[in-house]
Amino acid sequence: MKQKPPKELRAFKVFAIKEGTVIDHINVGHAIKIIRLLNLADEKKVVTVGLNFQSKNLGMKDLIKVEKRELTPEEISQVAVLAPEATINIIRNYKVTKKFKAQIPELIEYVIVCPNPNCITNHENIRTKFHVRYEKKNINLKCNYCERLFVREEIKEYKNN
Amino acid sequence: MPNFKSRSIISITDLSKSDILHVLKYAEEIKKKPQLDLLKNKIMASCFFEPSTRTRLSFETAMEKLGGQVMGFSQAGVTSAKKGESTYDAMKIIGQYADVIAMRHPLEGAARRASEATNKPVLNGGDGANQHPTQTLLDLFTMKECQKKLSNLSIALIGDLKYGRTVHSLAEALTHFNARLYFVAPENLQMPSHICDHLKKQKIKFSFHDKIEHIINKVDIAYMTRIQKERFGDPIEYEKVKDIYVLTAEMLDKTKPNLKIMHPLPRVNEIATDVDNTKYAYYFEQAENGLYVRQALLGLVLGKLK
Repeated sequence: MKQKPPKELRAFKVFAIKEGTVIDHINVGHAIKIIRLLNLADEKKVVTVGLNFQSKNLGMKDLIKVEKRELTPEEISQVAVLAPEATINIIRNYKVTKKFKAQIPELIEYVIVCPNPNCITNHENIRTKFHVRYEKKNINLKCNYCERLFVREEIKEYKNN
Repeated sequence: MPNFKSRSIISITDLSKSDILHVLKYAEEIKKKPQLDLLKNKIMASCFFEPSTRTRLSFETAMEKLGGQVMGFSQAGVTSAKKGESTYDAMKIIGQYADVIAMRHPLEGAARRASEATNKPVLNGGDGANQHPTQTLLDLFTMKECQKKLSNLSIALIGDLKYGRTVHSLAEALTHFNARLYFVAPENLQMPSHICDHLKKQKIKFSFHDKIEHIINKVDIAYMTRIQKERFGDPIEYEKVKDIYVLTAEMLDKTKPNLKIMHPLPRVNEIATDVDNTKYAYYFEQAENGLYVRQALLGLVLGKLK
């Protein structure tokens, strides 16, 4: 059996941060999309990204640590659209002061690019709106404009991505 | 009581059962007794960003028959859309000139966007493959007129059920009236699953069929639609089905006596012309009814009918 190294000898995969936000349990492949969506790379704040980490619940996960920045409620709901399993940890003085699951709002504004090429939002400069409906375990999204219904997996493009 | 004043009519899903019945009631009244001066001094902008003959002329005639005036355009080429102006800006300006706007646009969602730009009511005369609510209202009006009721009818929707926006909106609207629906289409053009799921939820009974002959003797209404050649990637597939969904007079031997055949028009060959002279044909009356339904809507959204 492979022995786990004692905690003090384990290499840090990512450094602990003093102040900021840790977005954990991001579905694999979505960390970079979240960074682009929230413009995290452009703000001159230190951002640490972990890709393809082992995860008990997800098998594999991505992770983002943003220093000296707390996400706004709107940004948190945007994270939820891309990564519904994500947990948000607000860090102050190296301690987790708040920990919660990101919640998908009933109305998603801006984040999603409508997959329907004939939707007016893909031809004119319009802030997209999607109404969220839960069908059993699936999340369905209805475009406010073209009224098409999509399952989450059909959404391929997000703003800034 | 439903309040229609200043309300835009964008999607049939925005209308409740009582809204629909309210419109049909006024359409019936106007059909019986024209109201020549109802919209005197009111102006309708007729904004057709893509060509349409029936819908545009029907909207414009409806307005003029109520004593109102019409201004507008019938193709996008003459507008600033060509210069890159957004629908939002265009409709905001037009809303400053007109009291009500009737529009058609090739992009889906354009009518909803227009309704965000102006506080004048917008009547959607078709936005791409999405919605065409006045068509659905005139279909319901016609069913009620020819069957003397709207509830508990057996209705066959025939032809292209996958891409046809009229049959989607109609199926959705019929959930209010406990219809029994028969979907007759080639397998690859059957009713989309999201609409079937919605019908199931509303406890509407429906079944799938591939031949008109299987259901024509059971129904009160046969609603025909055109199968469009351009929907088929493979022309051989089109050739296989194109003659299956043609209704001829000899297929109407053993139907219910009250059967009526409807079609949103234009038809190509899916209803043989020998059907026109049978007592079952009702598609030309249906087209005429568009006028009364649109008059009712114009009167309602302009607050002249309560």
